Amino acid sequence: MSERNGEVRIGVYICHCGVNIAATVDVRAVAEYAATLPGVVVARDYKYMCSDPGQEMIQQDIRDHQLNRVVVAACSPSLHERTFRNAVERAGLNPFFFQMVNIREHDSWVHSDREAATEKAKDLVRAAVMRVYFHKPLERRRVPVNPDVLVVGGGIAGIHAALTVANSGKRVYLVEREPTIGGHMAQFDKTFPTLDCAACILTPKMSAVKEHPNITLWTYSEVVSVDGSVGDYRVVVKRKPRYVREDLCVGCLQCIEACVFKEAKFDDEFNLGLSKRKPIYIPFPQATPKVVVIDPEACIQLRTGKCKKACLEACAERGAIDFEQKETYEEIHVGSIIIATGFQTFDPRRMPQYGYGKYPNVYTTLEVERLVNASGPTGGQVVTRDGRVPESVGIILCVGSRDERTNRWCSRVCCMTSLKLAHLIKEHTGAEVFIFYIDMRAAGKGYEEFYQRVLNEGVHFVRGRVAEITDWAMDPSEEGKLIARVEDTNTGFVRRIPLDMVVLAVGLEPQFDALNVQRLFGIGCSMDGFFLERHPKLAPSPTYTDGIFIAGVCQGPKDIPDSVMQAGYAAAEAIALADTGFFELEPNTAYIIAEECSGCKTCIPLCPYQAITFNEEKKKAFVNEVLCKGCGTCVAACPSGSIKQNLFEDEEIFSEIEGVLAYA
Amino acid sequence: MPDKPKVAFYWCASCGGCEESIVDLAEDILEVAQAVDIVFWPVALDFKRKDVEAMPDGSILATMVNGSIRTSEQEEMAHLLRRKSQILIAYGSCAHMGGVPSLANQFSREQILRYVYEEAPTVVNEQKVRPQPRHQYDGTALTLPEFRGLARSLDQVVEVDYYLPGCPPTPKLLKQAVLTLLSGELPPRGTVLAPDVALCDQCPRKETKPTDLQISEFKRPHWTQIDPEKCFLAQGVVCMGPATRSGCEAQCIQGNMPCTGCFGPTSRVRDQGAKILSALASPISAREPEEIEKILSGIPDPVGTFYRYSLAKSLLRAKVTR
Ligand SMILES: Cc1cc2nc3c(=O)[nH]c(=O)nc-3n(C[C@H](O)[C@H](O)[C@H](O)COP(=O)(O)OP(=O)(O)OC[C@H]3O[C@@H](n4cnc5c(N)ncnc54)[C@H](O)[C@@H]3O)c2cc1C
Ligand code: SF4
Ligand code: SF4
Ligand code: SF4
Ligand code: SF4
Repeated sequence: MSERNGEVRIGVYICHCGVNIAATVDVRAVAEYAATLPGVVVARDYKYMCSDPGQEMIQQDIRDHQLNRVVVAACSPSLHERTFRNAVERAGLNPFFFQMVNIREHDSWVHSDREAATEKAKDLVRAAVMRVYFHKPLERRRVPVNPDVLVVGGGIAGIHAALTVANSGKRVYLVEREPTIGGHMAQFDKTFPTLDCAACILTPKMSAVKEHPNITLWTYSEVVSVDGSVGDYRVVVKRKPRYVREDLCVGCLQCIEACVFKEAKFDDEFNLGLSKRKPIYIPFPQATPKVVVIDPEACIQLRTGKCKKACLEACAERGAIDFEQKETYEEIHVGSIIIATGFQTFDPRRMPQYGYGKYPNVYTTLEVERLVNASGPTGGQVVTRDGRVPESVGIILCVGSRDERTNRWCSRVCCMTSLKLAHLIKEHTGAEVFIFYIDMRAAGKGYEEFYQRVLNEGVHFVRGRVAEITDWAMDPSEEGKLIARVEDTNTGFVRRIPLDMVVLAVGLEPQFDALNVQRLFGIGCSMDGFFLERHPKLAPSPTYTDGIFIAGVCQGPKDIPDSVMQAGYAAAEAIALADTGFFELEPNTAYIIAEECSGCKTCIPLCPYQAITFNEEKKKAFVNEVLCKGCGTCVAACPSGSIKQNLFEDEEIFSEIEGVLAYA
Repeated sequence: MPDKPKVAFYWCASCGGCEESIVDLAEDILEVAQAVDIVFWPVALDFKRKDVEAMPDGSILATMVNGSIRTSEQEEMAHLLRRKSQILIAYGSCAHMGGVPSLANQFSREQILRYVYEEAPTVVNEQKVRPQPRHQYDGTALTLPEFRGLARSLDQVVEVDYYLPGCPPTPKLLKQAVLTLLSGELPPRGTVLAPDVALCDQCPRKETKPTDLQISEFKRPHWTQIDPEKCFLAQGVVCMGPATRSGCEAQCIQGNMPCTGCFGPTSRVRDQGAKILSALASPISAREPEEIEKILSGIPDPVGTFYRYSLAKSLLRAKVTR
């Protein structure tokens, strides 16, 4: 071993971490023990190794004692590995001659027996000393970064991210699968807690996207493949045919007027089926781009080829309508990707006790958003499906949230949404409004104040989970009403509250196709199905895949201000990456020794990052080190041991194991 | 004419196949016999242990020992031959890695003796007599070698210079090895005298191995109509080829039988069975525990399948039976 690497001279440093480590581990004893290990030239303990004097101590020793290996036993490598690697590098040593031992999280924080904890620290240090012997100098490789950025999803998060990146001078591709951008926010009338008009604050941003010289907006489009890696992603976008040419349509809407369907007959998706639309339609008047779209399932011409084509005639002058349009594919190259695909609301049919879909006057909060909206299906009139102005309305919170049987998480916006809707319904109808809650959650700037305001407006708050909604009247006063059966846990009574309208505050869920999106982009998912951030506190937008960031509700339930903040953060990361111009790859990648590979192909399907390919000519497998994340899967699997991984070579791992097992 | 180099052969716990393979050199044996003096070969020539003891230390150029080491006598012979030889070669899977006899390491010495001398269906032994290392009979002292607790590979008992892998090694490898030794250009000590690439590399069926192997059923060879052209794994038949050193010229494959791993792992692998396990576990197509169980039931004897020749040299070496 020492022949190949020359004489090995190791310095070992044991950190007190204030009292974090020193209170439980006898750091002096560990340092004294380390000094006796083969190859160790100096061993010291110090109060804060990560501090400037701590780092200088290491650098001084490297110079004075010609150290060529350094082991620091301190906190977690995810916190300070980089700090110490840099310190070692500044003293002229290759940074990968450094090894970190975690005697805080793995030792002092989880044990109380001082003697045993000290012994464990010695074991861990011995393992590192035996491993670092075999370390090799490694180079970090740099890949260039294409400054263009792809944003997927045009809700408020995607819009904000796209504008921020575009404003910094970078080219942005914004891909949205619906015919318009805007996402859920476009469906709201007002936004809590300030009751700003949603359209007034959103539509200017939507048109800014449309007009921005640096943004290429592709609506009605989806990403179908992603290749490459940070700095150079190659993405194919499918543009679905809308049968209307975007470059020619000016959004005059005369075609809709002219359409052979005199009556709108088809469920209007934007209004959640609360109104109807024609085969040729525009989701809402401020849709961006302001271009109509033809529903091929509904259009007679597209279904049978036998229509008068009144729309075509109406648009004869512009010639925007094109029944021959086919889907097209665009290939783009970008350096980073921001995913902002948002959420779907919980389907309350999964909780039949609330009668959604069975009783026409049971609504979701999203539907009521449309009802209270001046440009909604009822022109802002809150009326039940049978056309009555309700006199009593009950809003049930946590439908599909905080529930073992459905979703366990708190959806974070439904309490506030319900307060907002309670206020708006009262304003529009003067009805008695009941809110059935388990806990009211109003954390956020101005939120508690808004809650107080709604309390003062006379909304009734009933604490208890509603057992069922029924139309079975027990006395004449309940006739023709929906009755909420609920145990009021404040008073201890079971109550029956007759209502004209029931609103279910449905929770936020990952999109139905979140799993596909996750696979497509090669990112992770948390247990609940929302996309996984790299660190829940310190890196809530980057993912484990370099150059891919997440923003908005696709990462987890949040309101508009939080979505915008995260989108800005994602944009800042993408801009920083583009401006740096390169990305440094960790050198702990795998590589295949071609002469040793038998071409058995075992490794190829196992790589979670598709970094391994089979070379048909040479009949051997190859690792693309730019794609490799150093997960080690293929290394462990190669049945002939022909894959090696930098920093995790067999001799390094086995000597580490032997070190930890060689009880003193 | 100066003395020809001296060569010896010896067998320990083995089936005799390795000895056969030496005879299989056929006419080539003459070439070898001409070049060397065979000074000890119990299976073929009438020399005794005392003859070996009488030789000066280091006087034999090379000794090839086959079989694993199970008894005290085998241990003694291993030490004796080590002393007398300049080069000691572990010949065949058993000497190399413990071989089939070391599968017995799944059982304790007591379990083995009890079964073999008392419980086996073909045994009638009412007094429960067991072989004893020392016994008085008619006033004479009789001795038998001691039966040790574990079967070991040769290098777990004495230092070994080279290994000839295989169950048994092919005549071609043996001839090559002898010629190499005679040439004096010796490879580094500890070398296994066979190519260091896994068998798939030489396998005539390599082309037919899919990149995205999916295993939905493990089929046992004797229950299966095996396609003679297609990769065994692609047919759901366990093939040890990916985890096994080549050098056999894919003889089993050409006989339409899968590789069972007798050449052992490549030099880079410490545990052949563990390696093939990690390679075969991932392509299993099922995701539900019950379905996985069902697929795995196609391998009724995993140790015998994946460690058929290498249990003694595996990381675990034996089952703790106490
Ligand atoms: C009823 C209700 C009322 C609310 N009221 C308020 C409020 O008053 N104030 C407040 O702060 N918050 C409110 N919220 C929360 C608010 O809706 C979210 O915080 C916000 O919409 C999150 O924006 P987003 O961009 O992350 O997601 P979304 O708005 O869901 O946007 C995601 C976009 O991505 C698109 N997309 C999805 N998948 C793909 C794909 N694979 N490819 C391309 N595009 C895709 C979608 O079509 C959509 O346009 C409310 C939520 C609900 C349910
Ligand atoms: S397709 Fe023609 S008629 Fe229809 S909105 Fe566009 S420009 Fe107007
Ligand atoms: S180490 Fe992991 S990421 Fe790298 S090539 Fe192997 S399987 Fe792929
Ligand atoms: S698993 Fe190993 S031997 Fe098989 S193709 Fe991959 S690198 Fe080559
Ligand atoms: S797995 Fe077996 S049959 Fe398939 S290519 Fe490898 S050695 Fe040949």
